[in-house]
Amino acid sequence: MVSEDTLHTNRRYLLLATAGVSAVGAVGAAIPFVQSWQPSALAKALGAPIRVNISKLQPGEILGPVPAWRGQPVFVVRRTAASIARLEANVANLADPDSDGSEQPDYAQNTTRSRNPEIGVYLGLCTHLGCSPKYYGAVQPEAFASDWQGGFFCPCHGSKFDLAGRVEKNLPAPTNLIVPPHVFEDEKTLVIGVDERSVA
Amino acid sequence: MSEVSQNDSWLTRATDWIDERIPLTKTFKEHASEYYAPRNFNFWYVFGALSLVVFVIQILTGIWLTMAYVPTGEGAFASVEYIMRDIDFGYLIRYLHSTGASAFFVVVYLHMFRGFAYGSYRKPRELLWLIGMAIYLVLMAEGFFGYLLPWGNMSFWGAQVIVSLIGAIPYFGPDLMEWVRGDFVMSGITLNRFFALHVIALPLALVGLVFLHIVALHRVGSNNPDGIEIKANKGPDGNPVDGIPFHPYYITKDFVAIVVFLIAFCAIVFYAPEMGGYFIEKPNFAEADPLKTPDHIAPVWYYTPFYAMLRAATFPFLGIDAKFWGLIIMIGAILIPAALPWLDRSKVKSMRYKGWFSKIALMNFIVAFFVLGYLGTIPPSAFATAVAQIMTIVYFAYFFLMPWYTSIESTKPEPERVKH
Repeated sequence: MVSEDTLHTNRRYLLLATAGVSAVGAVGAAIPFVQSWQPSALAKALGAPIRVNISKLQPGEILGPVPAWRGQPVFVVRRTAASIARLEANVANLADPDSDGSEQPDYAQNTTRSRNPEIGVYLGLCTHLGCSPKYYGAVQPEAFASDWQGGFFCPCHGSKFDLAGRVEKNLPAPTNLIVPPHVFEDEKTLVIGVDERSVA
Repeated sequence: MSEVSQNDSWLTRATDWIDERIPLTKTFKEHASEYYAPRNFNFWYVFGALSLVVFVIQILTGIWLTMAYVPTGEGAFASVEYIMRDIDFGYLIRYLHSTGASAFFVVVYLHMFRGFAYGSYRKPRELLWLIGMAIYLVLMAEGFFGYLLPWGNMSFWGAQVIVSLIGAIPYFGPDLMEWVRGDFVMSGITLNRFFALHVIALPLALVGLVFLHIVALHRVGSNNPDGIEIKANKGPDGNPVDGIPFHPYYITKDFVAIVVFLIAFCAIVFYAPEMGGYFIEKPNFAEADPLKTPDHIAPVWYYTPFYAMLRAATFPFLGIDAKFWGLIIMIGAILIPAALPWLDRSKVKSMRYKGWFSKIALMNFIVAFFVLGYLGTIPPSAFATAVAQIMTIVYFAYFFLMPWYTSIESTKPEPERVKH
């Protein structure tokens, strides 16, 4: 004869076991629903690297925003010698001058944040909340800065970036503009979205 | 004479037939003709009923809009233009829906203010209040998902900014952001899933929550401007002496409010559906362009107080960067009213009997809410940011200091009976 107490304990044990197994099942059943929200094969395919012809890009000019690297706007700038010199001189007012906290491939963690000091390739989305900054390349007073040295200005929340995509201090954007992986196929052709490491 | 009685008996027989199968008459009595509500309701007590009216307008116009709307990146913008230009009364149905969204927030904010002023969140109505807060959150999500659907440039970039907020969460933020969008940028894929959430998932949730809200209300009974618990004082018939049946008294009163509301609502729909860019923003008349941000991004007016607080976070604090603080402050500001039942330590419920501290705190809160609401619509500047920072502190002070100022202030005694 089994006592009432034992029956009670056994029932509770069965109840807990059933609840536990059901919970595991529910989590398992949720996986396909959650996973289906990930970028689909089509979205990934459309995000394939793109080739950009940079032979006609003149110093001081910008190409873009071009829909490159996963459909996101990308800026390609060709800097003048004077603006490269300014990038080296003006570091006092930057939030992350050495790009330690910013996102870029190793080959672009330098003063000009590029493979080649002349050509800068930056993701055209503000690191604050993803607005697309506007290019103000000339050294001239602008409405948002009287001593503007050339660079990018985000109209949404007022973040300022220099021509190397480095953000100024005490502005909403926490880090420098992202440098997407890129590689120069030849003198004329820039490929965005891929580099030596991602090529198998 | 005999005809009338025949009619009566036919109706009675039909009712009896139904009542034997589902509790129709019983439910009507319990929740309308014998549901007693305090007899001292004032103007502020119409906004619950008005919220229901707007909800019905949104469901009805929403169903009609889906009949012509195309939820794809390629087709959405053109299908909205098609609704506006080529479908008979399509413009009217769309403007009813877009104006209805703003009207929803107008009546819900007034409904919530009523709760703030008369202490409707106090025991025993905590759960009623929490269900109401859940409705408010779902409504905000509903408005956000719906705003992307016209696929205008403001839809696109507004959603881009809000989805980017998720990226501020440390560690898994960026992956989570990609998961929400289903793409590396906002795209037709994102639009498609927001459509599904907007027309199926969230409306279903809203229906369920509204049902629970009413069930909870009818369990505990309505609060009133005097904060009297009418159930504590019942007459010989077992009904509260300070209560009157919801049907027909308050149904009639609510109908007056509904008529006045519909006059104002229709005036806006017919003469100012864009409301000078506050209900439908100007950049939204151009199609979404993933390469070009509008010069000035502002959310629709009902989110601007919280958007202003998001932007007010401009410096890192306690090792957390400004961007994540912005998210914490914004979410905190939206959620904190849920804590009111446990923050208010006053001996009385209603503002009528609370002391000066409570009255000043509530006035400050309202001022902060409106100033922040305005600041959220204008482009950022150093001055606007400084004002927003001060107003953010005032906003939170209302809640955080409440346990203190409600317990030390002297209050007037709450009456036991409604005096009129």
